[in-house]
Amino acid sequence: MAKLKKYLVIALAIFFAVITFLPFLWMISASFMSTGASNTYPPKLFPEKFDFSHYEILFSRLNLTRYLLNSVIISLGATFFSLLLNSMGGYAFAKFRFAKKESLFKFLLSSMIIPGQVTMLPVFLLLKNMGMINTYWAIIVPGMASIFGIFLIRQYAYSIPDSLIEAAKMDGATELQIYLKIILPLCKPILVTLGLFTFMGTWNDFLWPLIVMTDSNMYTLPVALANLSSEHVQDTEMLMAGSVITIFPVLVVFLALQKYYIKGIMMGSVKE
Amino acid sequence: MMNKTKLSAVALFLGPSLLIIALFFFLPVITAFVMSFTDFDIYALGNLEYLRFVAFKNYSTLLSDPLFWTAIKNTFYFVMVGGPLSVAASLAAAVLLNSKFIRFKGIFRLIYFLPVVTTHVAVSIVWRYIYHPRFGLLNYLLGFIGIGPVDWLGDPNWSMPAIILLVVWKNFGYNMVIFIAGLQNIPEELYEAASIEGASAWQQFKHITIPQLAPTTLFISVITMIGYFQLFAEPYVMTQGGPLNSTLSIVLYMYQEGFRWWNIGYSTALAFMLTVIILIGTTIQFKLQKERNG
Repeated sequence: MAKLKKYLVIALAIFFAVITFLPFLWMISASFMSTGASNTYPPKLFPEKFDFSHYEILFSRLNLTRYLLNSVIISLGATFFSLLLNSMGGYAFAKFRFAKKESLFKFLLSSMIIPGQVTMLPVFLLLKNMGMINTYWAIIVPGMASIFGIFLIRQYAYSIPDSLIEAAKMDGATELQIYLKIILPLCKPILVTLGLFTFMGTWNDFLWPLIVMTDSNMYTLPVALANLSSEHVQDTEMLMAGSVITIFPVLVVFLALQKYYIKGIMMGSVKE
Repeated sequence: MMNKTKLSAVALFLGPSLLIIALFFFLPVITAFVMSFTDFDIYALGNLEYLRFVAFKNYSTLLSDPLFWTAIKNTFYFVMVGGPLSVAASLAAAVLLNSKFIRFKGIFRLIYFLPVVTTHVAVSIVWRYIYHPRFGLLNYLLGFIGIGPVDWLGDPNWSMPAIILLVVWKNFGYNMVIFIAGLQNIPEELYEAASIEGASAWQQFKHITIPQLAPTTLFISVITMIGYFQLFAEPYVMTQGGPLNSTLSIVLYMYQEGFRWWNIGYSTALAFMLTVIILIGTTIQFKLQKERNG
């Protein structure tokens, strides 16, 4: 009886894993099939022979190098600025002493319930007036600081002992030196987590780049892919190759740093 | 008693982030609210002199707009069916991975989690082909258990279930991670005591696991609901809101009105309706939880 239960549980877990992985397997296989080979009945799970031509066409004729570059620059830029501004803000909320600190922080937290979509049209008009539409800044600047980012850093910076900061002050260190030499090194794990969230969030985002990048040279990978998918509906294999290229970089980053990502989810979930 | 931090330091450290948040969040929220009482459209975009104050006209037009109600109906369908399904799938996966029978937990967790970190647009495109009525993987697999070919994305009755299935697949890993942590916080003695008294696995699940997880479940339900009300990329890529508007969501409709037709006043009114709905939904969930607790 106990044995039966054991095998049932294992079988279920494997079944779930297969179901979860099947779409990825099919995507990768189909991207290597020759044109038209994925549209057959019964569907094939593996290519008969490997055909790399879709990847070549994407990079040579369909400008994918440019979109890849756009995505890399925007995601790295957003990550850099978000780490800088949020770590400064989060540290200040954790350790500085000033009037109304707690009520200001509570106010920020409670405003997180407002969905981001509300701000889209005004932010678009604002960026348009600033001449930032169709530039990398249109995505980087509005994401430079976030309430969630400040919250994440603040929770972590709390655990840094006050005595460390006081001792540094005794030695005549300025606030900026304390931040650079003590706080930032100690906050490394949470900075990796926040950086990971920002990088992956920016890379995967679709709605905002779709709105602010109207010039096709400025498309990010997801926008380019969505565009490609409406123009080349029949080219299944090529679209799968495009999907692989879009997913691959975030997947690699995630696999390398997954424990930081999981920790971030846990920290976000204790705020209630 | 320690001294207050110098004002210049506070300004230096908090200034930049608060400025960005004020400029790109709070100011736009207020502006959007004001805009929702104007007839801001493509003409006003060219010349602000055409802008007029229209009081509640956008809101009253919304309430008599059949497409708005379609979007509301579809979004509620998605949240009410997809939300619980997603939470249930996350809980099932968490219980499964928490079982002492499973080895290589890290690998299983990783596989379950993979869809979470992948790009919405890419997986939506992949699933569009998985849903293909003739060559798709899903209909092929369903054929083995005798279910005839379904035109998943072409049939208005099946298009929303198809999107729900995709979103549950993509998201269940996220909440699973939170549930696993919740499960690990339940004291082992509770289960031991129940076992001694002869409680079955199902009884233990119902009388120990579920009540002990209640705070976690509430948190997960609220964030899932808020996220699901904002459905956009999947219908945009897979169905463009069709067929027959059966997958038109509130945010998709907002996007179309705002950024395709530049009915900016109308679109911002839609955004505030969404905010109000989310606020009401969150309040109801907290109330329900409170009542259940006593």
